Amino acid sequence: MNDLFSLTLVTGLLNTMMVLATPFLFAALGETFSQNSGVVNLGVDGIMLLSAFFAFYAVLITGSLILGILAAVITGVVMGLMMSVVSITLKAEQGVSGIGLQMFGLGMSSLLFKVLVGTVKTVSGFPTLSIPLLSRIPILGPILFQHSILVYIAFLLVPLSWWILERSTWGLVIKAVGQNPAAADSRGINVDRVRYLCVILGAVLAGLAGASLSISSLNLFQDNLTSGQGFIAVALVYFGGWSPVGVMWGALLFSMANSFQLWMQVLGVPVPASLANMLPYILTVVALTLSGSRRKTPAALNKPFIRGEA
Amino acid sequence: MKRLGIMFIALLFCAMTATVWAGGSSEASGTTKAAEPFRIAVIMPSATTDTAFSQSMWSALKTVQADMGGESAVELVYTENMFKVPDAAAAIRDYATQGYNLIVAHGSQYGSSVEEIAPDFPDTAFAWGTDVNTFGLDNVYAYTAAAEQGGYVNGVIAGMMTKSGIIGVTGPIDVGDAHTYISGFSQGVALTNPKATVSKTWTGSFSDVALMAAAAQTHISAGADILTGSSQSVVGSIGAAEKAGAVYWFGTQADQTSLSPKLVVASQVYDWVAMLKEIIAATETGVYGGKTYILTLANGGLKIGFNPDFALPADVKAKADEVIKGITSGSITVAP
Repeated sequence: MNDLFSLTLVTGLLNTMMVLATPFLFAALGETFSQNSGVVNLGVDGIMLLSAFFAFYAVLITGSLILGILAAVITGVVMGLMMSVVSITLKAEQGVSGIGLQMFGLGMSSLLFKVLVGTVKTVSGFPTLSIPLLSRIPILGPILFQHSILVYIAFLLVPLSWWILERSTWGLVIKAVGQNPAAADSRGINVDRVRYLCVILGAVLAGLAGASLSISSLNLFQDNLTSGQGFIAVALVYFGGWSPVGVMWGALLFSMANSFQLWMQVLGVPVPASLANMLPYILTVVALTLSGSRRKTPAALNKPFIRGEA
Repeated sequence: MKRLGIMFIALLFCAMTATVWAGGSSEASGTTKAAEPFRIAVIMPSATTDTAFSQSMWSALKTVQADMGGESAVELVYTENMFKVPDAAAAIRDYATQGYNLIVAHGSQYGSSVEEIAPDFPDTAFAWGTDVNTFGLDNVYAYTAAAEQGGYVNGVIAGMMTKSGIIGVTGPIDVGDAHTYISGFSQGVALTNPKATVSKTWTGSFSDVALMAAAAQTHISAGADILTGSSQSVVGSIGAAEKAGAVYWFGTQADQTSLSPKLVVASQVYDWVAMLKEIIAATETGVYGGKTYILTLANGGLKIGFNPDFALPADVKAKADEVIKGITSGSITVAP
């Protein structure tokens, strides 16, 4: 108990936080693009699952991590296209098509796993890549600079996404399409094409989220590997007020709370496990309530664009 | 109208894929013989390949099928991934309606469903576990495993092998055989290494592999050099142990050696074969239930599977064998 706030604990706590936050970051950043363009993709969890499977399977068969990532990206593109065709071209209800995609991913990944792999197997995934010099900084080194490459990429995507959405003309176009598609359309922007690109980009990032589980942090596949993480990622987008930086804080808060509750249990802090398990969810709800909505919801969110019907 | 049509198609698509995922698969072959095969349906919370709870039952059923003459003698069907009890209840009733001879509801969460459905099908035998309650119904068998016994053996070995004196346990929820296994494990550690600490984490989920891996990683950061745990999500813990390298693993429910041949020391294995054969024999004479089975080391339902490739020190192996013998003969009793 006396070492509750020791150095080991702090580094362990924050290191685990970074690892746990990685899949949330990939998936939620992707969903941020999708939702800023006006499309809620509830299929994130399904995309994560199927991509996690294909990434795992590619590595299992070929041993190549590059092919694993490629498999995840291709799966993301294909599933993003599926979502786009149904919700953008055919103008179907976004919520329903997203849930359909999620169930498809869940079912298909379980089926393929059973048929092609059969039982739980492990692969050698991305190794820990200690950044020279930086990883030797006391305290900060082990927390920030001793991870696999996908963790670094996930965190580097935050400033990149921020720049694209907040500082580039692409960001303006995306937000115009998400806020007022009719106005964007009258300015000559192809609303459907922008949405297609954002949904597919979101799906590719969800695919990387899946790969970060199956070939980086866990190095295995199992039925329902994500255990609903994709839905938490969607919630994090609302939490983060549709901004990449807000999404990152949400992912870190949630993962930190999870990491902290595990430490509490390991150290034998007399709190019932069920209560400790609830901590991340309670904290997220409290933070969401206190922060209020920092930014307005994209006005056209969840609304299919039909020219002349705005 | 067009939107409505598309929504309908989307919903249909959902329903179809959901069926692919949750639906049963038949292992029966198309060969027909004069004699009717004995028909068994099993409903499981996780996958038949989970290297844990569900797999222990599925491989036992396959063994029984092979021993009794193959697919022409025993027809096997399963429905897996039934985490949701209402879905499982629907599957149980469905199989009963289809006239299966024996329906195995393999999960302690299915008890109330069996209690409700079994009276409607008096000529069908139901077996469920892990629990001891047959609800006073004469067509319900209950089964459980004295998981504390194998836990004790694993604990005895772990206590002798730990160098740091810190042992981590990663479990789903502190109930059922997860609870009894870890209770036995802690007693075993206390016997051979009273100074060692056994610290426990519960993730609150049977399926969250990522959180289970994080739990194991937390134990390792806190100095644990031995880990154990139960549920299908422990593959996450084993993965974390693999990454750390010199952290040993003790398994339960099924033989987990294949998951990490270098690090798995021993596993407590549930063997339901003898029990299933007895139930089938009883059913064929018209006895459809009313009995509780408990797997123990003494009746052979529990086995300790040592990893043949793991160089266990001779004195440790001798102590483990001594404890197994003690529990089998009854000279050592382990509290659940």
